[in-house]
Amino acid sequence: MYDIVVIGAGAVGCSVARFLSRYKANVCVVEKAEDVCCGTSKANSAIVHAGFDAAHGSLMAKYNLLGNLMFPDLAKELDFDFIQNGSLVVCMNEEDRPGLQKLYDNGIANGVKDLEIVEQDKLREMEPNISPKAVAALWAPTAGIVCPFSFTIAMAENANTNGVEFRFNTEITAIVHNGDHWTLQSKGGSIDTKYVVNAAGLYSDMFHNMVSEDKIHITPRRGDYCLLDRAVGDFLTHTIFQLPTKLGKGVLVSPTVHGNIIVGPTAIDIEDKEGTNTTSEGINELIEKAGNTVKDLPIRQVITSFAGLRAHEDHHEFILGEVKNAPGFIDCAGVESPGLTSSPAIGKAIAELLRDKMDLQPDPDFNGSRKGIVRPKELSMEERTELIRKNPAYGRIICRCESISEGELLDAIHRPLGAKSLDGIKRRTRAGMGRCQAGFCSPRTMEILAREWGVDQSEITKCGGDSKLILGTPKDREHKEEVERS
Amino acid sequence: MKNYDIVIIGGGPAGLAAAAAAYEAGQRNILILERDTGLGGILNQCIHNGFGLHTFKEELTGPEYASRYIDRVMKYNIEYRLNTMVMEISADKVITAMNREDGLFQIQANAIILAMGCRERSRGALNIPGFRPAGIYSAGTAQRLVNIEGYMPGREVVILGSGDIGLIMARRMTLEGANVKVVAEILPFSGGLKRNIVQCLDDFGIPLKLSHTVVDIEGKERVTGVTIAAVDEHMKPIPGTEEHYSCDTLLLSVGLIPENELSRGMGVDLNRVTNGPVVNESLETSIPGVFAAGNVLHVHDLVDFVSEEAETAGRNAAAFVAAGCKDGELHEIPVTVEGGPRYTVPTTIDPKRASDKLTVRFRVGGVMKNRFVRVYFDDDCVVQRKRPVMAPGEMEEVHLTREMFDKHPDLGNITIKVEEE
Repeated sequence: MYDIVVIGAGAVGCSVARFLSRYKANVCVVEKAEDVCCGTSKANSAIVHAGFDAAHGSLMAKYNLLGNLMFPDLAKELDFDFIQNGSLVVCMNEEDRPGLQKLYDNGIANGVKDLEIVEQDKLREMEPNISPKAVAALWAPTAGIVCPFSFTIAMAENANTNGVEFRFNTEITAIVHNGDHWTLQSKGGSIDTKYVVNAAGLYSDMFHNMVSEDKIHITPRRGDYCLLDRAVGDFLTHTIFQLPTKLGKGVLVSPTVHGNIIVGPTAIDIEDKEGTNTTSEGINELIEKAGNTVKDLPIRQVITSFAGLRAHEDHHEFILGEVKNAPGFIDCAGVESPGLTSSPAIGKAIAELLRDKMDLQPDPDFNGSRKGIVRPKELSMEERTELIRKNPAYGRIICRCESISEGELLDAIHRPLGAKSLDGIKRRTRAGMGRCQAGFCSPRTMEILAREWGVDQSEITKCGGDSKLILGTPKDREHKEEVERS
Repeated sequence: MKNYDIVIIGGGPAGLAAAAAAYEAGQRNILILERDTGLGGILNQCIHNGFGLHTFKEELTGPEYASRYIDRVMKYNIEYRLNTMVMEISADKVITAMNREDGLFQIQANAIILAMGCRERSRGALNIPGFRPAGIYSAGTAQRLVNIEGYMPGREVVILGSGDIGLIMARRMTLEGANVKVVAEILPFSGGLKRNIVQCLDDFGIPLKLSHTVVDIEGKERVTGVTIAAVDEHMKPIPGTEEHYSCDTLLLSVGLIPENELSRGMGVDLNRVTNGPVVNESLETSIPGVFAAGNVLHVHDLVDFVSEEAETAGRNAAAFVAAGCKDGELHEIPVTVEGGPRYTVPTTIDPKRASDKLTVRFRVGGVMKNRFVRVYFDDDCVVQRKRPVMAPGEMEEVHLTREMFDKHPDLGNITIKVEEE
């Protein structure tokens, strides 16, 4: 019997787990995918919003601001990539100025610090590639950019190091209340727990509706993105949003923490909770809109496009807390933008809610700091040579585009909740995330994964399940026929 | 910091030929840096034959062709380091490299020959819509898995793009027991060699659909199917022409991109058409003493021409080292194009420094029949060749001689024209 089971190992679930690991409790995170950060958390704008956008008084506004305030310290404590680069909401038309002012006022009401409306000259000085049509912008210096993978993975690793169990490939199919505890059914058997945290993202409505008569509804809202080559990464320094106009919402153009440029998202409501396919209409829309706020965006430098799904709740609001008439079942539902920004604050609040309910005691052995995978690029030449002398694997480059060494791959595999698949390696180390998109490194990464996990290469997957990368050996069918004949 | 007269970045066909030629021109202090586990580059995974017809008048496999040059490098005792990744090159020719044994180290070069080759264009660069499951490979990655690692990346295969590696892999996958259903090519012509279309597709009954592209990829974990549609003259898919193929694999052979991140980092000027360095008659880049050859300079169709070009670069690098520095004032004449060629290598020629027989290579932008390739020195036609067929997949070349330059002492402009009559 667990004290608490968290359903979902995304940004929210891992944050809840990490803050729960400060207390003495028997906690488990169950995840249907083979790794953490496989749903909405892996495909989004990777922005830490300042908090001026969400409606004043909403949970979104509250947790956005709280989350934003937590990121700088958390990034140091947990060693993930975060840069406070500031954002600009660009107003393209004099007649839209009232909208800009409204956004500013809302931000002030929400408690966002250092907001400023900047005029043309300053705007151009700050961001030379801004569109010549831009008339003013709302500057939010507290906005930032984060690597959503390294953030979520850091939270999960730290939770795991502090005693939280993670069960992957565990899809919960039913939830039953058995008097004083909950029983979760999965193909692998049932799991008993006193408390349940529903952090299931797109599926949070499904789990909520299993235990409550007050039904909620989550719509998968697809967002297509394009990622541009690091070669053009210096195109911008701030995150650029377009002020929404009566013609609609624009798309954002932003640097990423790794020096790429991200463009997106679209917003298309769909039915399929796994429908992360891009469409040509979506990508064309991005390309068309991205040019609105900046001039001569080098869109031809795209290295990949992808789509993510937001868990859009019908009322566009977070649903957080214990479900009525379902004692011990805690929702974290409807967490869409600014969900990533809010996630650490939600995690902390939910952990404290459970602490109070369950009278959890602090764990004296809790260690809140975590070291990430070493980033050789940030070392001096002497330090790097020393690293290679101690472990020659750091001298063998596997991913040419991002200069990622075998040492980094080995660390990714052998650290807590280590990488098992090509995507797991990619999200932890960036190997395969560069301009050749894993063309050169994937056979080598597969070889290393197979060697380290002690399995045949044909067992290695892209992202778990049936995503096998190898389907046999040359002439194996012929050999089989020969054997059958003889 | 160790010093070398000539450092060659890359031990593939270009690097090997450049090293051998530099040695034969009298240089001894040469180093080859190679990132892979052996010399030979991509040839090691090209186990089909057809290499070396021009150079050796016989049909060799890729590894056999490479071994001819590796043998020369070994015979000359030219120094090389394997498993060594060059991380950075500075404008004053300090090379920062890394391997397991030496850690991160620096080398000062007197001359550098860039021979890093090229990489394959990925799905992402084309914005092909759909899911992103396992089973989407670039043709070269699939080639490595099958020919080197001994694994089949798939069973039921659709290929997008008719570049040479895609065509070769259509045949290879078929021979190894896969079912290649179709090759789709977005252009109205193939970018591959004619002989590969015949020997790799026609001989195996694999259909080639020109003016077609992939408009959707299905499958959440592994590819389960792709949709192909015809495209119009602007390469936009035509609604209503979609055809669905169930398959577990999509191979991409959609273009090669010279790998010039190091060149860009050191400040070498790049050509927007080729994505390779801008070079003069000596195959010298905008940085004196830095030369380029092979697929890093422009993507070749035949390795024989890579070797030939690299030998020229090797000899010129040797001459640069022997001369101590670049001699005298330059008189670079631009080479311009008209009527078909997309670019030329070299881009400028200094007649004083041109070799006795200078090869100018170029590719055309579309299929052209019954044309004349003419070279004009100002208004004077100095070379004329009749070409029954020219295609973007095949490299063209013209030769300029010392005699031609001597006859035009006041030469101002060199133009390569493709003309109908």
